[in-house]
Amino acid sequence: MSVTDVRKDPTTLSMVVTAEFAAPVERVWQMWDDPRRLERWWGPPTHPATFVEHDLKPDGRVTYFMTGPDGERYHGWWRVLVVDAPHTLEFEDGFGDENGQPKEDLPVTRSRVRLEPVDAGTRMTIESLFPTLEAMEQILAMGAEEGLVAALSQIDEQLAA
Amino acid sequence: MVVDIGDPRAADRLFHALADATRRDVVARTMQAEHSVSELARLYPMSFAAVQKHVAVLADAGLVTKRRRGREQLVSGNVGAIQQASRLLEEVEALWRGRIDRLGEILAQETEGGSG
Repeated sequence: MSVTDVRKDPTTLSMVVTAEFAAPVERVWQMWDDPRRLERWWGPPTHPATFVEHDLKPDGRVTYFMTGPDGERYHGWWRVLVVDAPHTLEFEDGFGDENGQPKEDLPVTRSRVRLEPVDAGTRMTIESLFPTLEAMEQILAMGAEEGLVAALSQIDEQLAA
Repeated sequence: MVVDIGDPRAADRLFHALADATRRDVVARTMQAEHSVSELARLYPMSFAAVQKHVAVLADAGLVTKRRRGREQLVSGNVGAIQQASRLLEEVEALWRGRIDRLGEILAQETEGGSG
């Protein structure tokens, strides 16, 4: 189990997840910095992610889409705010239209990733901040279908095993 | 009182109300137990009137409710509004747990394979 701590604060609409990995900081940073690695874990198995643009520098753009079981595509983007390799990454994360352009009317989440060396390897802290409760509802409603499909496929796998 | 977050103005009031540390503290305390405004005023380095103002902002946003008992004004937190936020955060947690599990698996595979 790599998640070591989860702190949720409903009054400030924020969540901090802490995880530890038995690998050096540089290797964990690669998981964010290399789009081919990033796309292997960003989307659930039923909705794999494909990163199109991936420019990890201040004000750089990252665009991606996730492909569902019937070929439907869900577009997303990041706007990079802070990069201090291999320790800090801050970005805004939102929904995009079919061309990957940000949809202005949809909510944006702000995420702060920190990597630090510990005895066991690397501690990764991810802080997510939501602008409003309404925005959080909307973000989750859009992700709910993927989550449900992923959960069902995991049950299928267990039944088949 | 139910907070209708389908109304954007209600959402604005809610988040304006929560954007202040004193008001968040009032919400946290009054969720656990009903407090009078004078009790709350003793907790913060500010006037009774200032605390009363904060309570009014929270009540407008639906985060607390007020009732009178004699000369006192009693304030209690609206658990429903905070529960809704909690439930949503649970879902975000599940999303990140999934991502972190997959990330950890890839790191472990690469370590076993001797690459990376």
